[in-house]
Amino acid sequence: MKSVPPGALTAALIIAGKDLRSELRRRTALVSAVVFAALILVIFNFARDPTSLRAEQLAPSAFWITCAFAAVTALSRAFAVELEHGALDGLLLAPVPREALFLGKFLGNLTFVLLVEGVTLPLFVLFFNVSLKGALPGIVLVALLATVGFVAVGTVFSALTARVRFNELMLPVLLLPFMLPPLAGAAQVTAALLNGRPLVESVGWLRLLLVYDITFVTLSLLVFPALFDE
Amino acid sequence: MNDSSATGNSSLLLQATGLHRSFGERVVLTAVSLALAEGETIAVIGPNGVGKTTLLRILAGLLRPSAGEVLLDGRPVRTADPGSRSAIGLLSHRAMLYDDLTLQENLEFAARLHGLADPRRVARDALSQVELLARAGDSPRTLSRGLLQRAALARALLHAPRLLLLDEPFTGLDSAAAGRLTSLLAARRPAGLGTIIVTHQMDEARDVASRVLSLQSGRIEGAAA
Repeated sequence: MKSVPPGALTAALIIAGKDLRSELRRRTALVSAVVFAALILVIFNFARDPTSLRAEQLAPSAFWITCAFAAVTALSRAFAVELEHGALDGLLLAPVPREALFLGKFLGNLTFVLLVEGVTLPLFVLFFNVSLKGALPGIVLVALLATVGFVAVGTVFSALTARVRFNELMLPVLLLPFMLPPLAGAAQVTAALLNGRPLVESVGWLRLLLVYDITFVTLSLLVFPALFDE
Repeated sequence: MNDSSATGNSSLLLQATGLHRSFGERVVLTAVSLALAEGETIAVIGPNGVGKTTLLRILAGLLRPSAGEVLLDGRPVRTADPGSRSAIGLLSHRAMLYDDLTLQENLEFAARLHGLADPRRVARDALSQVELLARAGDSPRTLSRGLLQRAALARALLHAPRLLLLDEPFTGLDSAAAGRLTSLLAARRPAGLGTIIVTHQMDEARDVASRVLSLQSGRIEGAAA
């Protein structure tokens, strides 16, 4: 049968499309991540003493901690679905480079985590009663920059831990240390934006996030094929 | 003794030489060699746990042998060129399907990854081939074991692979479905497509294969009686 194997980017989009279709149909990871995010925000909000701590002081950390844990919840599913019925073998036998598998899973995870963050943001505004006036474009930019890096690392660790026992424990243990730099940067920039500071004042953090993204996306691309070299 | 005799004058499709595989201390395969000519079907039989599935995964390029080499069309099967994997189809113990997609969507996804023209039609044709077209809109989780095996066969045959590797392909199939599978395999031979079946059932092996090899204690012990 005549076949022309797809290029790496096309294959990645095919895989990401499959993952998103599958996840939107299943909805379990999306619903659990959003419910989890809402619960954390509620706890932060009620645990805060409003007489000693202003909402703007706590809100950035609360938002990014919430996003981090919601992302881990979502990433823990990323390769579990490939193990049901041994579907991973089907991917590995496809005539596409292993790097395309990484890119596909990465793009699917990135879209999914950004979707969770997009749903969490209005909840965050609601619970902390903060104004995003003028800060929204900056927050969207920093969310994108922070999320790209930790989702790349998370995609690799999700593949690495999918076949080990206690994988739901292993993933956060491995991933959270790698999430600290982008989360710290994102919280700093978000705090500055919520305090009415211009985005240009945070350019140092934005550069750091960009360097993190380039470094870890590249490393992940290089490391990922070795995970399946049994 | 190892198999080195692909039948007839056809050119060699697959050649495995000196395959050895161990998992830690446990040796599973020892110096296994076999050859498959174009259009040939061979069966490898052996009891449970003898290394049949390991052998098949090595031949498919999913598992690296500890020693030895597998050549497909004269090139290493674990080549850097991913395009060469389009020549391989595998039916394993598991269906390689996603429960959250319908059978049609599953096969379309596989067809797209193989770069087949008109994935929708290809998927329908593959389902039709195993008489599952009526269940095209159903999830794999709704299928019985036998129907799931047929769906897995459709996925393995989807891109008409030059080398088809089947692990216990008759498991769960009723006699009608088993007969259809036998016919499907027979139809591959004139087209020069090769097939390797691993099974522990001698009668199944004799029905479909031109040669039957016996795998015992990790070694090919020769043609089975």
